[in-house]
Amino acid sequence: MTTLDTAVRARQSLPARIAARLGGGAVRFFLVAVGLFWLTPTVGLLLSSLRDKRDIAASGWWQVFSHPAQLTTDSYSKLFHNDTVMQSLGTTALITVPATVLVILVGALAGYAFAWLDFPGRDWWFMAVVGLLVVPVQVALIPVAKLFNTLGIFESTPGVVLFHTAFGLPFAVFLLRNFFAEIPRELLEAARLDGAGELRLFLRVVLPLGGPAIASLGIFQFLWVWNDMLIALIFADSGHPPVTVALQQQVRQFGDNIDILASGAFLSMAVPLAVFFAFQRQFVSGVMAGAVK
Amino acid sequence: MSTATAGGAAAPGPPRPTANRTKKARSMQGTRLWVAALFLLPALALLGALVVYPIGYSVWRSLFDASGNGFVGVDNYHEVFTDDRIRTALKNNVIWVVVAPSVATALGLVFAVLTERVRWGTAFKLVVFMPMAISMLASGIIFRLVYEQNPDRGVANAVWVGIHDTFSPPAPFPGAHPRGDAPLTESHGAFTTRAVVKAGSATALPLVGAKPADMKGAKDAIPARDVAGKVTGTVWRDFTRGGGGTPGKIDQGEEALEGVTVEAVKDGRTVASATSAADGTFTLPGTADGAQLRLPASNFAAPYNGVDWLGPSLVTPAIIGAYIWMWAGFAMVLIAAGLASVPRELLEAARVDGANEWQVFRRVTVPLLAPVLAVVLITLMINVLKIFDLVYIIAPGASLDKANVLALQLYQSSFGTDVNQGVGSAIAVFLLVLVLPVMYVNLRRIRRERRR
Repeated sequence: MTTLDTAVRARQSLPARIAARLGGGAVRFFLVAVGLFWLTPTVGLLLSSLRDKRDIAASGWWQVFSHPAQLTTDSYSKLFHNDTVMQSLGTTALITVPATVLVILVGALAGYAFAWLDFPGRDWWFMAVVGLLVVPVQVALIPVAKLFNTLGIFESTPGVVLFHTAFGLPFAVFLLRNFFAEIPRELLEAARLDGAGELRLFLRVVLPLGGPAIASLGIFQFLWVWNDMLIALIFADSGHPPVTVALQQQVRQFGDNIDILASGAFLSMAVPLAVFFAFQRQFVSGVMAGAVK
Repeated sequence: MSTATAGGAAAPGPPRPTANRTKKARSMQGTRLWVAALFLLPALALLGALVVYPIGYSVWRSLFDASGNGFVGVDNYHEVFTDDRIRTALKNNVIWVVVAPSVATALGLVFAVLTERVRWGTAFKLVVFMPMAISMLASGIIFRLVYEQNPDRGVANAVWVGIHDTFSPPAPFPGAHPRGDAPLTESHGAFTTRAVVKAGSATALPLVGAKPADMKGAKDAIPARDVAGKVTGTVWRDFTRGGGGTPGKIDQGEEALEGVTVEAVKDGRTVASATSAADGTFTLPGTADGAQLRLPASNFAAPYNGVDWLGPSLVTPAIIGAYIWMWAGFAMVLIAAGLASVPRELLEAARVDGANEWQVFRRVTVPLLAPVLAVVLITLMINVLKIFDLVYIIAPGASLDKANVLALQLYQSSFGTDVNQGVGSAIAVFLLVLVLPVMYVNLRRIRRERRR
């Protein structure tokens, strides 16, 4: 492409080349402007979380550029002494980690069965599961609330975990089955000739080979559950809510609680952002494999 | 949903060695049924109890009244389409579904195409894609800050007011006015001299009530000189700090009002105008002789306060803006992946044939990307249909009804303020029906892929 490119360039007239150069400059300027524009809201939250409540009420966060003395970590020390919010981060972890592990485990078992086990109506069962991909969670809110009430797990962490696992499954099964199906059958047959049972095959061959897909799925589900508010709002223990609900409860007095809200929101973002930056590739491939829920 | 399988951006996977793989050959021989059942049981049990059964229950529940005992047939659906609040939600959902996905996709397309031309494209993508990783709650809080009404606090209004004031400069002295006994009368915010002015003798225009912030750096006022054939005068703050001073007279230490527009008016027509200098003086040409002097209202208008982003009329577009901030990156990344699989030779061939960049984009790139664009659009539409958190967090209590959407109404109907789970279930079923076509498309695509 480059050789062709230069060949074309060489034939261009001087004005055309100047126009191309200017065009390149305009593109760069546009992208830098858009990039800054996109960063501004997040920077605004970060700087707001580093200012005093009175300063926030009096002026905009951009004042710290001219008054760097306004920067303070007071909001964060106040946040660290706010038991509700701090405990809520723990609750969020207690929901997110099991919901992620479970969806991987249950999804992988089913994905393996759909990819490599023989049973009647396999393709129809798989289609049925995939058909559930687009079912909105809203459909399940009232019925599952009733069901959990009967089971005694309404407003409890296990209930939230089960809900997230169930609604993560169609995507998990779809992603993992497609990935597992690409494993060379020679590998599986060799293991089988060595006398390995299906469970052994699953644990020793399929799961390790499924690493990349499992990573994508895990990161995707982790972020999904960590960031969820709706399901937590309904199914989580209101005495020990996860962080999204704990912060949501403070939004009603937005101006009054801005110190806790800004620092708390930033802290709640820290984990997803760290995961995002550490596992960009897996996240992107998870999103690309089908982010619609 | 398998968004990208249609878009050419492949899901992660090891190389495909199994070209000869057929349905028969792939299935393992000798798998006993109960083994398969054990592998499937956890998934099918969870899906059955928490996804499939609820669909049936919701359909059934939507036919009953609030108590759940009285059968009402389709009355709940009737209410969804007639109740004012739910109709607002429906209308807003239509706006959401039409605007948000198309704008996000258009932006994603532009970003994806342009980032290919710069070396730091990856860094740009990272910045735009990042909001996807954070919760709608955090984004909501972020945009509550962005949309603060007060231009001193909210960055959106700070920028907006800045632009507005560049093109239409703010009044120099909002709130300033003459004393009751001054030689000026008020009408529609403007102040006019009672008497006509004469060329060659200076006129005093005393005002009070200018805000201290507007007086920063003001110079002392001086009496204007009498100039033959010209109308002169002084505009100043007729107020001596610490008391004393004579009203209507420029006393020692009284400050000038700079930048005030002074118009000479004859028979309702403006014949001349001038602006007061740093010492408060102004000079009008001789044509102003015999006119009344008027200080137009633009001198004293209240400062422009920006847009009420989260007020009733703009709240939905404002929240859609926040959504686009979050999801344009998603569109960009998917489209960029599709773009990477577009054969470069086609683009180069078009360029060699003399097409300019716009024509290449319009006639070659976009048509080649059409399948990806469709997938992105449909994905975003499904996503937007269920929008809840952003609206719930960003819309202040006063605008919440105006910003209502179906998923929010469903939450309110089911667990919130106006409990009627019959109506809540009807909304849920309605949402499900809206995504059924996508379910069909998904299944058909998978069947086609498996037949290959």
